[in-house]
Amino acid sequence: MQNALQIVYLIPLLPLIGFLINGLGRKHLSKSAISLIGCGVLIASFVLSVWVFLQVKSGNVFTANYFDFINVGKLKIPFAFKVDQLSALFLLIITGVGSLIHVYSTSYMQEEKAEHFGRYFSYLNLFIFSMLLLVLGANFVIMFIGWEGVGLCSYLLIGYWFKKHEYNKAASKAFIMNRIGDLAFLIAIFWLIAKLDTVSFDEIFTSASLAKLKAYDISIITLLLFVGATGKSAQIPLYTWLPDAMAGPTPVSALIHAATMVTAGIYMIARSNILYSLAPFTMDIIAYVGLATALLAATIALKQNDIKKVLAYSTVSQLGFMFLALGCGAYTAAVFHVMTHAFFKALLFLGSGSVIHAMGGDQDIRNMGGLSKKLKITFITFLIGCIAIAGIPPFSGFFSKDAILLSAFVKNPMLYGIALFTALLTAFYMFRLLFITFSGKFRGTEDQHHHLHESPAAMTIPLIVLAVLSVIGGFVGIPEVFIHGGDKLGEFLSPVIAMQTEHHVSHATEYMLMGLSTVLVITMIIVAWYKFRNYQHTDAKGFGKVLENKWYVDEMYEAGIVKPLKKAGTFFSNVFDTKVVDGMVNGVGRLVQYGSRQLRLLQSGQAGNYILLMVISMVVIFAIQFFLRK
Amino acid sequence: MISFLLILIPLLTGLATFFIKNEKLLRLWVLFASIITLIVSILGLCCFSDEKYLQYHGEWLSSLGASFSLKMDPAAQLLCLLNTIAFPLVFLSTWNNRYENAKNFFALMLLAQAGIMGVFLATDALLFYFFWELALIPMYFLCSQWGGEKRIAITFKFFIYTFIGSLLMLVGILYLYGHTPDHSFAIESFYNIKLTLKQQNLVFWLMFIAFAVKMPIFPLHTWQPDTYEQAPTATTMILSGVMVKMGLFGLIRWLFPIVSSVAYAWGDVITLTAIIGMIYASLIALRQDDLKRLVAYSSIAHIGLLCVGMFTQNVSGIQGAMIQMFSHGINIIGLWILVEWIEKTTGTRKMSELGGLAQRAPVMTIFFVIIALANIALPLTNAFVGEFLIFNGLLGSATQYYFLYTILAGVCIVLGAAYTLRMVRKVAYGEVNNRTENVSDISINIKIALGAIVVIIFATGIYAQPILDFTSELTNELVQKFDFIRQTLQ
Repeated sequence: MQNALQIVYLIPLLPLIGFLINGLGRKHLSKSAISLIGCGVLIASFVLSVWVFLQVKSGNVFTANYFDFINVGKLKIPFAFKVDQLSALFLLIITGVGSLIHVYSTSYMQEEKAEHFGRYFSYLNLFIFSMLLLVLGANFVIMFIGWEGVGLCSYLLIGYWFKKHEYNKAASKAFIMNRIGDLAFLIAIFWLIAKLDTVSFDEIFTSASLAKLKAYDISIITLLLFVGATGKSAQIPLYTWLPDAMAGPTPVSALIHAATMVTAGIYMIARSNILYSLAPFTMDIIAYVGLATALLAATIALKQNDIKKVLAYSTVSQLGFMFLALGCGAYTAAVFHVMTHAFFKALLFLGSGSVIHAMGGDQDIRNMGGLSKKLKITFITFLIGCIAIAGIPPFSGFFSKDAILLSAFVKNPMLYGIALFTALLTAFYMFRLLFITFSGKFRGTEDQHHHLHESPAAMTIPLIVLAVLSVIGGFVGIPEVFIHGGDKLGEFLSPVIAMQTEHHVSHATEYMLMGLSTVLVITMIIVAWYKFRNYQHTDAKGFGKVLENKWYVDEMYEAGIVKPLKKAGTFFSNVFDTKVVDGMVNGVGRLVQYGSRQLRLLQSGQAGNYILLMVISMVVIFAIQFFLRK
Repeated sequence: MISFLLILIPLLTGLATFFIKNEKLLRLWVLFASIITLIVSILGLCCFSDEKYLQYHGEWLSSLGASFSLKMDPAAQLLCLLNTIAFPLVFLSTWNNRYENAKNFFALMLLAQAGIMGVFLATDALLFYFFWELALIPMYFLCSQWGGEKRIAITFKFFIYTFIGSLLMLVGILYLYGHTPDHSFAIESFYNIKLTLKQQNLVFWLMFIAFAVKMPIFPLHTWQPDTYEQAPTATTMILSGVMVKMGLFGLIRWLFPIVSSVAYAWGDVITLTAIIGMIYASLIALRQDDLKRLVAYSSIAHIGLLCVGMFTQNVSGIQGAMIQMFSHGINIIGLWILVEWIEKTTGTRKMSELGGLAQRAPVMTIFFVIIALANIALPLTNAFVGEFLIFNGLLGSATQYYFLYTILAGVCIVLGAAYTLRMVRKVAYGEVNNRTENVSDISINIKIALGAIVVIIFATGIYAQPILDFTSELTNELVQKFDFIRQTLQ
């Protein structure tokens, strides 16, 4: 039976084949053929993933070695896949949500030319391939291949509309900021190799290996891996690429920049949880960085007017929550939130895509309003997404957010306080977005008003499926206080992530915390309703202006890092290289100017002369050598 | 026999080229000649890998203690393969270029190939020096005769640099020769020379400077961007793709085994210099507008990393450098082919005047993006394996400041992405302008050349193990020497 899992390689291989067919045949295939191939390979992968999941659920975990990727000296890096509870769960999320978004894309991208349509689907398939490599990799290097691969696809898809200069800049920015994180990831890998001569999870996460690492080594490795995670998962200080990444097509934002790629950092840390549990210092840092990011992004989201930018900052903020959970040692809660967030944030992004579609490409919520009448399905599903992210029971976001808040409370009540405050901001800005977009009067142009329509079935069906998942997705992790043994997810993941049985929190306190957050969240929604149901735009002033301009972080990076580097480059290029370094050499050159003149005379000669010269110089050289010997 | 043929074929075909008048025939002839050499070198790899085929010994200036001795060790074999792959690619991709005195141009190119091959194969110091010069001299003429506007001044600079380098190397070789017990130039005798540390120091610097100029590493690099810019692109491809490897190869065959103690001692200093050079060149590359100069500075950064890999003096670093020598050659030739095509079709190399090529030349753009990604060592491309091992070697090396060094060198990974993507963005993306409006996509000969490069990029990127196995024994021998020194010092 174990060998049957060997064919897990098909799961990433199918999207890769899809990429090759659509990529190479994009000029010859029709749009429907491209859609069929693009979606077909992924749905096949999804079916296989379900099968693998069921295998894993019945206790069949497996590491498959395929070939030696690098084998040098003592270092052996096999190209190997690891199928266990954690990777099986991610397989399901990636291929499942991925399939829905692929189907949605067939309609959303319909206006593209067939050639570009094929390019789009080939990139999308390539992304799924890389993402699957990332989660299936049985060692840090294979994970890193996928890690950089998803970064590449993100780059290609953000810059998909390559005619627009701004979009290309956003794409480059995403890649470069990710690379900073990737560098830290790489150094962590090298550090592990230097200490343990291995990168395989099965070999590192054993007590024998961990005993070989000093506390100092563990701190460095975990910190470096975390820096890697801040790049991919958009945490302080490397988060500024994600809002810009909204330049890509909306389904891309849903798939890559909400549901899957940006959660890679959480996956990586959850995968290495044994290492992190030994690094209390790193854990503190992760908790603080996560919380700070959550709060910062939430404040920015309050004042954004681009529907996708609000969702982007909301994603950054929710990722911050996940890191908070990781920092508090609640790895399962983080993974749980990855899952529910994949459902409701993909739903919200796809919903925003439906809105943008109806608005003829306009993304500015100041021009919207009253859309609920024309876009019924989109409105209802968007509403469900908002309730889920706000965390009202029994929607999925409630359970995962509650688990995170509880873990923060256990670690430090102050963390809990700030996290709760951030959760309230979340509810506020999400419902601000909902009310400004869907209630009140339409504020756009007459043309747009005529154009308003509900999207076709290929777009609304994925919305409905995701809405259902956003409602019920939380039931896999019901807290112990409600039902004993209700935390099915935690149980499932327990072979990879040890379950935390002791809470130190009484049931009464737990009920009180839940009640408090629910009541406050509902209050915030009511406040948002009063404030925004009949929205009229006014320009932001004072502090609001700072928030609208995202705390001027981009400007600070530009002035503090990018400009000085550019200046140094210009200085080296124009002054140092030409004057100082070259000057020294030219000094030598002038000493032999006579030689130069001779050489110049020779330039005009015939080829025969040159050959003669070659021979003569050889002879001279040998003559010199001959006499030197005597 | 194989090794002798590898020199003989380009030498003879090169000489014969001087007498071919018909241009069409000429092109076919040099392509044919270079493909024959390629086949021979592949045969040497797979069919005739026995020692007796790879070695050659002939009489030559025996009164001086010299001989015509050739040997193909795995490093030499890999570089000969690169050399033999490079030339057909160059001839194929520049098929439509027209040169004045075309026969002389092609003849000199083939002679240069023979010279380079000899450098990789010679196991006699005098012969090594002879081929070193034989490789350089055609280059001077190619640059000065067929180069750009400032070719004379630039060739002179190139000449001064390399000439001084060669001179120092010659002095070093003669100095070593004087210390051989049996007055021989044979490499075995050189390996057995016992020198004091002071003498070793002298030899090390004499020869290292020659190699460093050839690579080139900071601060001896200023001939390189100018020469790459002014030389005809076919020549630049050979210069940057293959000839710079002469310096690196010199380290492993001639420098490390002979003066290993001081090479070990100077490792720290040279590594730091190379890393400073990498950052320096990367920052300059970030500000270039001329495509050729950008690629030139990017190459300085990459070569710096190769040098770092050599001086890590451990298995991972040197193995990484070995495979990276091959990969860098392939990738940079690909970049030059693209740059040449861009200049030929749009009439400019200035990125500020380009844009929108993705719309007019989509096939070119796909190749451009893939090769650019290989240039920044994305995983599953060939450069990743080499750079991964080099960086791994650097962090695991015995240098005192390994962590700092790794981070500093790592900065170039980020900067490399920045300037490479900037190049892609400015050339391929954006709106078309009047320069790029009427461009049509690349022709079939360039497609074949770039297609071959892309196949090599992915093949070695996904499954590099055969190459790594191939060079492992040689690397282990070298590293054992350094390990021995390390132990005796402790």
